[in-house]
Amino acid sequence: MQRMNVAMLVCAGFLASLVAEAGVSEYQLDNGLKLIVQEDHRAPVVISQVWYKVGSSYETNGITGVSHVLEHMMFKGTKKFAPGEFSRIIAANGGRENAFTGRDYTAYFQRLEKSRLKVSFEMEADRMRGLQLSDKEFQKEVKVVMEERRLRTEDKPEAYTYEQFNGVASITSPYRTPVIGWMNDLKSMKVEDLAVWYKQWYAPNNATVVVAGDVKADEVYQLAKQYFGPLKPSKNLSPPKPQTEPEQKGQRRIKVKMPAQLPYLLMGYAVPSLKVAKDDWEVYALEVLAGVLDGGTSTRLSTRLVREQGILTSTGAGYSLSSRLAGRFLLEGVPAQGHTIKQAEAALLKEIKELQTSMVSKGELDRIKAQVVASNVYERDSIFYQAMQLGTYETVGLGWKRLDDYVAKIQAVTPEQVQQVAKKYLIEDKLTVAELVPMPMDKKAARKPSGGAHGRH
Amino acid sequence: MDAIKMMTRISLFLSVCFVILPVQAAPDIQHWTSKQGTQVFYVHAPGLPIVDLQITFDAGSARDGNLSGLSSMTSHMLGMGAAGLDATKIAQRFEGVGAEFGHSADRDRAWLKLRSLTQQKWLDQATDTLAMVMEKPNFTQSDFTREQKRYLISLKREKQSPSKIAARAFYKAAYGDHPYAQMPNGTEKTIKALTAADLKKFFAKYYVASNATIAIVGDIDRKAANKLIDKLMKNIPAGKPAKPLPKVVDLKKAQTIRISHPSTQTHVYMGHPGNYRGDPDYFVMYLGNHALGGSGLVSRLSDEVREKRGLSYSVYSYFSPLARKGLFQVGMQTKNDQVDLGVKVLRQTIKDYVDTGMTEKELTASRKNITGGFPLRIDSNKKILGYLAMIGFYKLPLTYLDDFNKTIEAISLKQIHETMRRRVHSDRMVTVIVGGEK
Repeated sequence: MQRMNVAMLVCAGFLASLVAEAGVSEYQLDNGLKLIVQEDHRAPVVISQVWYKVGSSYETNGITGVSHVLEHMMFKGTKKFAPGEFSRIIAANGGRENAFTGRDYTAYFQRLEKSRLKVSFEMEADRMRGLQLSDKEFQKEVKVVMEERRLRTEDKPEAYTYEQFNGVASITSPYRTPVIGWMNDLKSMKVEDLAVWYKQWYAPNNATVVVAGDVKADEVYQLAKQYFGPLKPSKNLSPPKPQTEPEQKGQRRIKVKMPAQLPYLLMGYAVPSLKVAKDDWEVYALEVLAGVLDGGTSTRLSTRLVREQGILTSTGAGYSLSSRLAGRFLLEGVPAQGHTIKQAEAALLKEIKELQTSMVSKGELDRIKAQVVASNVYERDSIFYQAMQLGTYETVGLGWKRLDDYVAKIQAVTPEQVQQVAKKYLIEDKLTVAELVPMPMDKKAARKPSGGAHGRH
Repeated sequence: MDAIKMMTRISLFLSVCFVILPVQAAPDIQHWTSKQGTQVFYVHAPGLPIVDLQITFDAGSARDGNLSGLSSMTSHMLGMGAAGLDATKIAQRFEGVGAEFGHSADRDRAWLKLRSLTQQKWLDQATDTLAMVMEKPNFTQSDFTREQKRYLISLKREKQSPSKIAARAFYKAAYGDHPYAQMPNGTEKTIKALTAADLKKFFAKYYVASNATIAIVGDIDRKAANKLIDKLMKNIPAGKPAKPLPKVVDLKKAQTIRISHPSTQTHVYMGHPGNYRGDPDYFVMYLGNHALGGSGLVSRLSDEVREKRGLSYSVYSYFSPLARKGLFQVGMQTKNDQVDLGVKVLRQTIKDYVDTGMTEKELTASRKNITGGFPLRIDSNKKILGYLAMIGFYKLPLTYLDDFNKTIEAISLKQIHETMRRRVHSDRMVTVIVGGEK
């Protein structure tokens, strides 16, 4: 068992007074469970989150979506608590709860008045090893998940395009598959698939408990020992196979045809994440680059392409540095009235070209850095967000302490570095492009020969 | 843009009510009238070096008249430059000091929001810029023409969303001739008819000091807050407060609207005008709805639709009070061939609940959830700002938060039953069904 107390750093002189207040403590139980506590005494509340190192990127073909369906089933009862009882008890304690599954994690959380943390710990510990998976409950719940998939993806042309984009942007990387799973895999899923998954990944030595709020770290540690301490670790925990994506050697392009009103363009370059980068400055430079393109209203994409040139009606750039595996630097756009997808693509590529050929201005860089410093303070107004960051960094394998570097590393990024990463990563051969081609919404019109192919599966 | 998709177990819809537990004192709300006649609501929150500010005008889409979209576009154009500086230059002034500037509108309200660090130089630049936006927004013709086109495209985009189509039909049927019937973002016809001059006129009439309330929360003392507000308001004309909106007429009969759509799921909206801010039945209805469909997975609707039958991922009911009766809304989505069953279960569950009433057990559980969860409602400056803005705009008592818990505790089962029967009309609901073939 070890304990460390490291202050979160805020890197602006006038904010120095803040540093002392924000303490993060880390503990590890004998069974391998990690506990991270962030004290924040502004309000008498507590956030409790349990993070498991498992998510869609741990899955293989045929069982896609199993992590997420299991997340749903975690509310369906243990030996001690009947189905639905978990939620009823949290509700009776004035709590709010939910769970989420991502590519690299599955997490469960409660928000409670501070004296009720033990309610969360007791039940989270119980379902970490004691879940009862019933086929009857599973048959109903997997239908709920299919409805969720229809709601989030099947009936949303842009979301559907994003899913297809991921499917071709990667060849072997498990980031190819959707978190919610392919519909066909959901249809063929069995409760036994969940049982195997649960047994494999739900154990104290694969979990991180994050607690933030008006608590004392050592008291939380005692409580964690009491409830999570007796749980047996898993003996056959082995990390997922790397499934490293082979180097992309040439552009990939797809079209998605489905009933829609507007075309949509999605472009993504293969880029490293903080976890896999050899030189971490590259990752922070990409983060700044994303800010140059789309970090607010004054940034390049909306200023130039939407307001000045009027080529796009909406646009964005996105990059997530905190993923377990290498990911994508994304650009998206919807052409303005009278403009084509081709023009939209050309306009976005021109912006990339400019990043490669000329340096970003000091003004742009200063604004991004000011925003990063400010956000770092604003984020502290939400203890939930703070807990999310700690849990994410820890679970993807970066370790929460890397969060401390963030502001300083962003501040150290130079114009030359932004240009360098633009030249190295934002190149045609590492690009995947997906285009949503709208088909008629009216079913009858869609059946006419002139209407073209059906996009709907 | 989110690069990573996350799935959550339950959909997150906005909760529409606020509650309090006696163990924690509610924030100390101070209230005064500025020199310009604007009501100010202030909470001192010294924990973080942040100031949050919201200026709210009685200038929502209910003021659109026959130019639906007028309020929304006026608010939208506040982001398109001011005092002769274009949108980019204004945004640079905010972003250069890490400030977050926002502006939006709903049916009742139009607001500007600012979040800034307290460091004086940065705060000054952020608030000076906000003053420019409030005093002299540009409304140039070229900006207007471009944004008008963007509105039209966004209206077109809505037609690929069954839930947006359903919402539009729902409001229209529930409100008839009342201004709430119109969607804030207008229609193709009205957006095309709008001119920059219409927006300027709307701005001049409604974005005035006597039609505004200000909420301010943060690490700023009262004197400094007052000074800041004087700076923001000093050149804003006093003007006149907006006139009260007409009352909403209850529905006379049930109506079902079916709209076909090439989607795999069918969306169902059901309900009628419900209650308003300051409604004497408001708290009883909030508590009464909690066990029906207001409390996530622990509710009758969720139990019947999701837990027992696996019909829908999201199912809920809520009251969304406005200055006048806002909607009582029940909703779900299910694959096309199950929709008749879904509608039947929704209707039956609502009817049973209203007819036979909440059980003693449900009342206890709901009370515990509402009162026990109070501290979560005010655990950040952002949330406190939301309360202040609401209390201020809707003229709710300053003791709204302090009294809430007592009020919830005092409500009896009989009272809930009587009130729900009187206020929820399961036989006079609008039902909108969008998806699949007609």
